[in-house]
Amino acid sequence: MTDATLDTNVGSRLGVDWASEANARRLKKRYAANRRLQFYGLTAIALAIGLLGTLVSSLVVEGYKAFYQSKATLEIRLDPADIDPKNLADANYRRIFNTAIERYVPEAKTPAEKRQLSDIFSSEARYALRDYVLAHPEQIGQTIKLKVSLSDPFDQLEKGVIPRYVDALSSSETSRFEALAGRGLIEGRGADAAMKVSLSIDPQKVSSADIGAGRFRDIIADGLLATLGNPNAVGAAWPMLRDDVADVLKAYVIAHPDSIGQRLENFKLPLSPNYAALASGETPKVFNQRFASEKQFEWLDRLKAQGALSYPFASELLLNPTSRFPELAGLAGAIVGSFYALVVCFLISFPLGIAAAVYLEEFARRNRWTDLIEVNINNLAAVPSVVFGLLGLAVFLNSFGLPRSAPLVGGMVLALITLPTIIITTRAALKAVPPSVREAALGIGASKHQVVMHHVLPLAMPGIMTGVIIGLAHALGETAPLLLIGMNAFIPSIENIGLLEPATALPTQIYAWADSPERGFVARTSAAILVLLAFLVVMNGIAIFLRQRFERKW
Amino acid sequence: MNERPNLNQAGFGNLAPAPKGLLARGDTSGRIRVVGRSVSVFYGEKQALIDVNIDILDKSVTAFIGPSGCGKSTFLRCLNRMNDFIDAARVTGSVEIDGVNIYDPEIDPVQLRARVGMVFQKPNPFPKSIYDNVAYGPRIHGLARTKSDMDEIVITSLEKAGLYKEVKDRILEAGTGLSGGQQQRLCIARAIAVNPEVILMDEPCSALDPIATARIEELIDELRQNFCIVIVTHSMQQAARVSQRTAFFHLGTLVEEGETSEIFTNPRQSRTQDYITGRFG
Ligand SMILES: Nc1ncnc2c1ncn2[C@@H]1O[C@H](COP(=O)(O)OP(=O)(O)O)[C@@H](O)[C@H]1O
Ligand SMILES: [Mg+2]
Repeated sequence: MTDATLDTNVGSRLGVDWASEANARRLKKRYAANRRLQFYGLTAIALAIGLLGTLVSSLVVEGYKAFYQSKATLEIRLDPADIDPKNLADANYRRIFNTAIERYVPEAKTPAEKRQLSDIFSSEARYALRDYVLAHPEQIGQTIKLKVSLSDPFDQLEKGVIPRYVDALSSSETSRFEALAGRGLIEGRGADAAMKVSLSIDPQKVSSADIGAGRFRDIIADGLLATLGNPNAVGAAWPMLRDDVADVLKAYVIAHPDSIGQRLENFKLPLSPNYAALASGETPKVFNQRFASEKQFEWLDRLKAQGALSYPFASELLLNPTSRFPELAGLAGAIVGSFYALVVCFLISFPLGIAAAVYLEEFARRNRWTDLIEVNINNLAAVPSVVFGLLGLAVFLNSFGLPRSAPLVGGMVLALITLPTIIITTRAALKAVPPSVREAALGIGASKHQVVMHHVLPLAMPGIMTGVIIGLAHALGETAPLLLIGMNAFIPSIENIGLLEPATALPTQIYAWADSPERGFVARTSAAILVLLAFLVVMNGIAIFLRQRFERKW
Repeated sequence: MNERPNLNQAGFGNLAPAPKGLLARGDTSGRIRVVGRSVSVFYGEKQALIDVNIDILDKSVTAFIGPSGCGKSTFLRCLNRMNDFIDAARVTGSVEIDGVNIYDPEIDPVQLRARVGMVFQKPNPFPKSIYDNVAYGPRIHGLARTKSDMDEIVITSLEKAGLYKEVKDRILEAGTGLSGGQQQRLCIARAIAVNPEVILMDEPCSALDPIATARIEELIDELRQNFCIVIVTHSMQQAARVSQRTAFFHLGTLVEEGETSEIFTNPRQSRTQDYITGRFG
């Protein structure tokens, strides 16, 4: 303003030639640096999205099988002779159920067969039947249709997780056999398949006087050792030969007594059935040991052919408490436990967090003490949660004597973990309220407390709620502190879950399932993680909604 | 633009020469309402206001002019103790309103601010309805017993602020939805709803367009009938248009104070002369 003779062409005055080559080079370099930075950023984002996608898709691929359940719809006759109308609950439902399924499979006669038959169905079937009768007593005397779950092995069979037959030979066994075949020692197919081994019929081992008492196994062992070269290979070769291979040799020597003391070149030792199949180019299979008998497959196939099997949504996953049996295990207990813990956590951390934040932000004077408090709160947010778990164990359980495994204690520990987050986000939300609002209120004579309660807090509330929800979502996923205070109890019924009763929570339930050996829990674990993620997504969605909906532009 | 101060027609006749201390009790027009004595303000070590002595008259508009950073806002904030909220600020000297020192420990600053209203540079209505904006002050000070009392206060305040006609159909809509000039008049309505004795305005038109500015200036002139008004402005034309008295601040001191016509046509100090003729600023 004061400089009236402002030089408009500063560049030329300073001797800068904007059209020079050096300048063009500089420009090019700048654009290249720009592009490079963008490339790094995009790569990082692509990597992050890729990893997330892999995680979620592997969970879905693994877990979707737990969202449906193989069930059989069975006709069950409710014989009035079996059920005492005055005492519905105590009838022998197991027998009624077994009678019903035996009607489908009349040939199951022996107790072992009957047990194999009932093993196809979940052990919960009789309780389902009892519950049905309790709910519909008027149906006694009728034949009802009841949908019951298959037991875990058969459920997994139907889902294609485990097969009926498994490979009889391991890959190392197969490759060892292939090596022998490669040396030309294997000949023939099917029943004729044999291993060619030169044997010397040692008169020391078999006397012509009593051929039957000869030590033919030893002769074969010597022959194998001579052919294969080392005892390990001999040990591996024995299972390839038929069990009666010594008798085959014996029969040969009896038929040809003059062979004693001779050497039999390339004597054909017959192969055991699995290796014979392998020699014929087939893959030998054996019955899966998880199942009791092949008859069970037949029976299951019969039910399937009758259209009795269906695969509905596994409401058990959400409505049942956990169980030792994967087909029955559900998340209801864990969800209720997590809910109680989160309610406690909210009731503690919300008022405490807001009070602390309002005091620090609106009332406390800046001095060394408030600085110290602030630094400590920020540091608390970075303390590993397992430390809070230990603190809860030492203080809440050991000093205060609160009950172990209780959602109350879990919620208190989670409150400790979320409190710093809530204080920090609340302070940020309070800070974001523009000073003009405070000035306006102060200017017409509102007291400090009125300014905070009437204006600042309401305006900051969406931001505070966002922070609180994100804090609670964080708390929902916490595992280690809950394990420390024992909130991973096995809760097979949801009736008596309470604030002071032992409980479990979603993440600790996942932890427990991941540790279970049953095949069905693999899918259940992934499904539970998906359910937990769904809760987290919903909570974060609410937080985003609040932020978008109530965000103010001043 | 206009070299000659475009002074208000009603302006000067009303201004009785006010001999200090000798106040005509009955006729409050021209009576001294606010008296500042040896007012100094420190922000930490730095002194922002040096020994200011001023008498401010009732039922008139006093304009504070001066270059940026000379302490106009600082002094204005001394008059309703808004400086209390600045941790570093320290005020010495005394400010009397109607003979009572507002820095007396007996005085409750919260009540004081109800008696000394303030309008800020940037319109700052609460993010609430127009009605609630105006009703907030009377509500917290318990000025209305019934709903109809409150309605009356709100409506008369809006009328006095010249806003009622424009907003009467949307009085329950958000105050932040109004135009800038309307928002500023809403802030004025909000300030007068608690019936203050003094109204402080810190550059109330600097965020407004010329038409809205003219509207506010008219309004200030009307309000002068009932209130003691102090206005900070960076526009000398505005000071000349709306004020009866003008105080010129420079580098933390009050250089000269007097009738607006005197200050603009015949300043006693050469610094004032330099400033109003645009030689610095
Ligand atoms: N909150 C504050 N803290 C420290 N210094 C301040 C503060 N407010 C104003 N000042 C200083 O006081 C002086 C006067 O400021 P102010 O009264 O706002 O000037 P004006 O309103 O006349 O432009 C300026 O130098 C400014 O830097
Ligand atoms: Mg200012």
